[in-house]
Amino acid sequence: MSDCRRQWNREDELPVYLAGPITTGPNQRKSFGMFSSVEGAFDSKTIDFDNYAVGRKGSRTPRSGSRERVLETGDPVGKTPGEAADGSRRSPSGEADDARSGVEVRFTSEKESPNEKGEKLLIKGGRVVNDDQSFYADVYVEDGIIKQVGENLAVPGGVKVIEANGRMIIPGGIDVNTCLMKSYLGTQPVDDFLQGTKAALAGGTTMIMDHVTPQPGDSLLEAFERWQEAADKKACCDYSLHVDIPQWNENVKDELELLAQDKGINSFQLYMAYKDLYQMTDAQLYEAFSFLKQLGAVVLVHAENGDLIAQEQRKILEMGITGPEGHPLSRPEELEAEAVFRAITLGNRVNCPVYITKVMSKSAADTITQARRKGSVVFGEPITASLATDGSHYWSKNWAKAAAYVTSPPLSPDPTTPDHLHTLLACGDLQVVGSAHCAYSTSQKAIGKEDFTLIPEGTNGVEERMGFVWDKAVAMGKMDENQFVAVTSTNAAKIFNLYPRKGRIAAGSDADIVIWDPDSVKTITAKLQQSAAEYNIFEGLECRGGPALVMSQGRIVYEGGKLQAQQGTGRFLPRKPFPDYAYQRVKCRNQVKSKQGVTRGIYDGPVYDVAPTPKYITPAPSAKTSPTSHQPPPIRNLHQSNFSLSGAQIDDNIPRRSGHRIVAPPGGRSNITSLG
Amino acid sequence: MSERRFRQEDDRSSLLSRLGSDSPRPRMKFGGMFCNVEGAFENKTLNFEETVSSSKEEKLSMTISRSTPMSTLRTGLSGQSVSSLSERRIGAEVNSSNDSARGKAQRRQGDCLLIKGGKVVNDDQSFYADVYIEDGTIRQIGENLIIPSGVKTLDAYGHLVIPGGVDANTNLQAPQKGLIPCDDFYQGTKAALSGGTTTIIDHVLVEPGTSLLSAFDLWKETAEQRACCDFSFHLDVTRWHEGLYEELETLVKDKGVNSFLFFMAYKDRYQSSDSQLYEAFGILRDLGAIAQVHAENGDIIDEEQKKLLSVGITGPEGHVLSHPEEVETEAVYRAITIAKQANCPLYVTKVMSKSAADVIAKARKKGVVVYGEPITAGLATDGSHYWAKDWTTAAAFVMSPPLNPDPSTPQYLTSLLACGDLQVTSSAQASFSTAQKAVGKDDFTLIPEGTSGIEERLSVIWDRAVSTGKMDENEFVAVTSTNAAKVFNMYPRKGRIAVGSDADIVIWNPKETLTVSATTHNLTLEVNILEGFEFRGVPTVVISGGRVVLEDGQLNVTEGSGRFIARKAFPDTVYKRIRARSKMAEARGVPRGNYDGPVHDVISVTKSVPPTPTTRGPTGTKTPTGPRNLHQSGFTLAGAQIDDHIPRRSAQRIVAPPGGRSNITSLS
Repeated sequence: MSDCRRQWNREDELPVYLAGPITTGPNQRKSFGMFSSVEGAFDSKTIDFDNYAVGRKGSRTPRSGSRERVLETGDPVGKTPGEAADGSRRSPSGEADDARSGVEVRFTSEKESPNEKGEKLLIKGGRVVNDDQSFYADVYVEDGIIKQVGENLAVPGGVKVIEANGRMIIPGGIDVNTCLMKSYLGTQPVDDFLQGTKAALAGGTTMIMDHVTPQPGDSLLEAFERWQEAADKKACCDYSLHVDIPQWNENVKDELELLAQDKGINSFQLYMAYKDLYQMTDAQLYEAFSFLKQLGAVVLVHAENGDLIAQEQRKILEMGITGPEGHPLSRPEELEAEAVFRAITLGNRVNCPVYITKVMSKSAADTITQARRKGSVVFGEPITASLATDGSHYWSKNWAKAAAYVTSPPLSPDPTTPDHLHTLLACGDLQVVGSAHCAYSTSQKAIGKEDFTLIPEGTNGVEERMGFVWDKAVAMGKMDENQFVAVTSTNAAKIFNLYPRKGRIAAGSDADIVIWDPDSVKTITAKLQQSAAEYNIFEGLECRGGPALVMSQGRIVYEGGKLQAQQGTGRFLPRKPFPDYAYQRVKCRNQVKSKQGVTRGIYDGPVYDVAPTPKYITPAPSAKTSPTSHQPPPIRNLHQSNFSLSGAQIDDNIPRRSGHRIVAPPGGRSNITSLG
Repeated sequence: MSERRFRQEDDRSSLLSRLGSDSPRPRMKFGGMFCNVEGAFENKTLNFEETVSSSKEEKLSMTISRSTPMSTLRTGLSGQSVSSLSERRIGAEVNSSNDSARGKAQRRQGDCLLIKGGKVVNDDQSFYADVYIEDGTIRQIGENLIIPSGVKTLDAYGHLVIPGGVDANTNLQAPQKGLIPCDDFYQGTKAALSGGTTTIIDHVLVEPGTSLLSAFDLWKETAEQRACCDFSFHLDVTRWHEGLYEELETLVKDKGVNSFLFFMAYKDRYQSSDSQLYEAFGILRDLGAIAQVHAENGDIIDEEQKKLLSVGITGPEGHVLSHPEEVETEAVYRAITIAKQANCPLYVTKVMSKSAADVIAKARKKGVVVYGEPITAGLATDGSHYWAKDWTTAAAFVMSPPLNPDPSTPQYLTSLLACGDLQVTSSAQASFSTAQKAVGKDDFTLIPEGTSGIEERLSVIWDRAVSTGKMDENEFVAVTSTNAAKVFNMYPRKGRIAVGSDADIVIWNPKETLTVSATTHNLTLEVNILEGFEFRGVPTVVISGGRVVLEDGQLNVTEGSGRFIARKAFPDTVYKRIRARSKMAEARGVPRGNYDGPVHDVISVTKSVPPTPTTRGPTGTKTPTGPRNLHQSGFTLAGAQIDDHIPRRSAQRIVAPPGGRSNITSLS
């Protein structure tokens, strides 16, 4: 313990890091893609941090000077950043042995109970990892908010001290895609907001964004309120909501406006799949995109070509394939890639940010990559399942196992998919990792035991999300820890306008903090998971890296394998429209892109006369009918018609107005009543 | 007479069917599918020798004995006709009105020609040889040919002898918004011949709700009366439904149509949905036909058009603004995806933009059977003219997909054409006069779409690709003629200079220059979008069906001399792979034990979903709305009915009508 402290004290040149811009420092991150530190960005963040703390402190130097532990090395600014970085680099390996001892929590004060607002916590001796940089610093938390980040903090007495022992302190994960209340034929997922958020916390995720999934015809607003109510009662971590738009019409517009402006929803999902249920035509999508853009919302798209899926499903059922393997067979990768391409095209036309949920295949991911290269504002979200496993399991002999993998778009049977997706995540071509957690029990899945199209879709993954990204990307050397933070937390916070409240360890941010243990190894099994699902699709996979301690809203909720979540503590976080991250470019393009006509003189030449030209159909001298339309169909043989008033009529799609009075009905007024 | 001709044709086709198939060596393919085949030359020469040699003696004697008297007669006649063109045309008209079959037979026989000293260029190789033509067919190729005396000889020294062009996309009769193109089959084919194109494949536009067969018949009838060169047809299916199957089957099996176009654009008029396309593609695959698409996302275009009109943009620039490149690319991508799913060959008409071409190239690299067709206008010019101050000029360029405003597009497309990523060139000829275009002078969406290009096609490609060194002369033949003939199953009758092929031959002068102008072109159109362009490479002599139609700058065509070329289903080039894949692509289920675990009870749950207690009316179109208020229904039997698209079979007898037999007759 004291070793640790000494070690810490030897790192005292670190303040250099915090004090000024280190544009030449070796630790400076080069920009890959878009999520990277911009030169000088550090400045503003430091200033931010100081500003947040300004109420208490004049400046950094006096503050550090005021600490009783006076810096041994004198003027910290004298050190070069290079030395500082070297020191910080060396330290983790040097401390590795100490770090093994685990996280320790010391209570210096006896009066505070662990779960209470106003708790004061100090995380000491850790390395703070944000998406742009890592540095050694202590983090002081009060009232669920990070109050100070830095060295030699002046903290009041009686704080609980957590020794991080050189481990990483990262912002809590944000899971952008969960479906904890998505009903399927009236059944609810086994993981509700309680189970789901518990699992999330156990995996290091401190915030979820759940999908509100109203059925066609339902009121979006009511659905939203239902979700919010349920979540307020049950959720153990902060949450926000996406609203799925099951169909497009005028009523929806009003509700969307209300949701976006008053309820704090800035993301709405549209479906290109699920024909005859949620699917929208391109024209509707275009309208919806335009409307959502005006609201400043991020458009989430479930991208699969529903028309073709419906056809394929029919074909495959006809062939007699009814098992879960029919699911990937009827939803081949191309259909996903095609829809992604179309969604991006629509997004470009409307000039609206598009967010593709559940990127499951290489070709879909590549499509997004290429579009981004061309400048489209598009974001891609791979999910835990697509990052950790592949679709070969659909052919499992065990029906229950095969069915557990059913989600859509389906997992790609190509075993190299997870690697590819990780690579794209690492280089910034994909931005956000979700889980699409939607856990149905085996008996619920068995609704579709005779017909794969009826199997409720959804896999687990909220708990394993962070672990697998670490295991497959960071531990493999594809990604560094900063990018890890970016894809698991920061980017999501930026896209959905939660930044910097979430997704960053900085003074003023919410105290959603995870102490990450890169060395822990665990084997995923349904027995040890928090989720209530009896089958885990990652069963038996080993996963390096996991949370050692999870703090949500300043309370320790998970520590050393023990979860102490409290039901109903999660808060709903409203999000403002027009997130800078998604809309800045869009706004500029709006101004640049306005179209202008050409001013011409009036054309005064001859104009072909069209109005009286149904005569152009010079009927051929042959007895055959002319190919052109407009010709009235031959007299209808009424005896042959399947005429019925009970079934579908051609004007079914025209809404009937109730107050429609026929003043002069064709054929004159009928006196039918007088006959009776 | 006509019977004899048929027999001859049969003869010939069996001869041709052996071309190359008995080759001892497997054919080596280099790069792409349309490429030189090793040893092809020997093969073909050998074939020619061998196949002829078996019956060489008697055949030769036969041809000589039969043709000598006729040929002398013919040469005299042709000399006469050159001198008096107008007179001749009248004669032809009389002929066709009398008995077209007889007229054609007369015209066709005994027309002997020898092309001397030229370099024969096929898609796979070039070689110096003389070509002897008789009866509208190529009879001999080689040096020192034994030919009857008194044959008309055409001097081709220093020139190329290439197969006549095949224009795979023309619209010479397809009406648009009630306007018929001002260049019909006569004008259009005349222009085609003057540019070196000897076969056109025209699009039969079937308006929604009309019969495919009747439209086809109408087109065929008109074309037979009017066309001056051989023609074939694509059918444009504007409203797909299952009931079309029988008509399609008839067309493919009996009528010689093996390609059908579907529209992904023109919302609410011609547009097909993805499901419809998928269904149609599946059926076309089974029939052995090729699916063509007009690839543009009609939904987006529709929205963009509304938007632009509301902004107040009404000029032709609105056309290109509302049809952006991406919209084309997206549709191409989607069409390819659908075709791949349905395992159906796809032919994308009018590839106008770089990105669309790229999508095709990429898909081909992944193994999709897809063909792309850039057009004359797209290869020669770009879309900057939409912003011309002169409305007439701007409107003349209106076509869809529109010409791309990116000025590097033509070069890019030419490069892809040269490397085989795009395969076929066409003209997409659809000419509307300025007065017709002016229908849309206040609203760009009403401007009839179409540009010319049927005449300049070969010259444009020669100038842009061959003169610049992108392409060699063999590739040139491939993209202008052979590939189209292969894809649409007219090969080797068309698209090749070989013994037994049709005598559609162009003597090409690569050095001469053509200056395009509306005053000199052979169309009735008053504007030419390529006005003022100079193109190197022109046809000096054009032979169509064994007759010289262009010589010494004199065009000498006969209205109604074109024959309909029936095309068989399952073109090899296209369908070999498709067939193999159909066999491979069988998906199989996994045999499993029965799942005997608990099953969540759904039926009881469905009723537990309470209807949302909202005062808003149900918004879904599918939601049942209770009993129908009959007084509110707009019910009528006169207008459109929901089952209109189901063709009524006349012989359908309802044995047991629902509700029991009616005795309605007894009431009267």
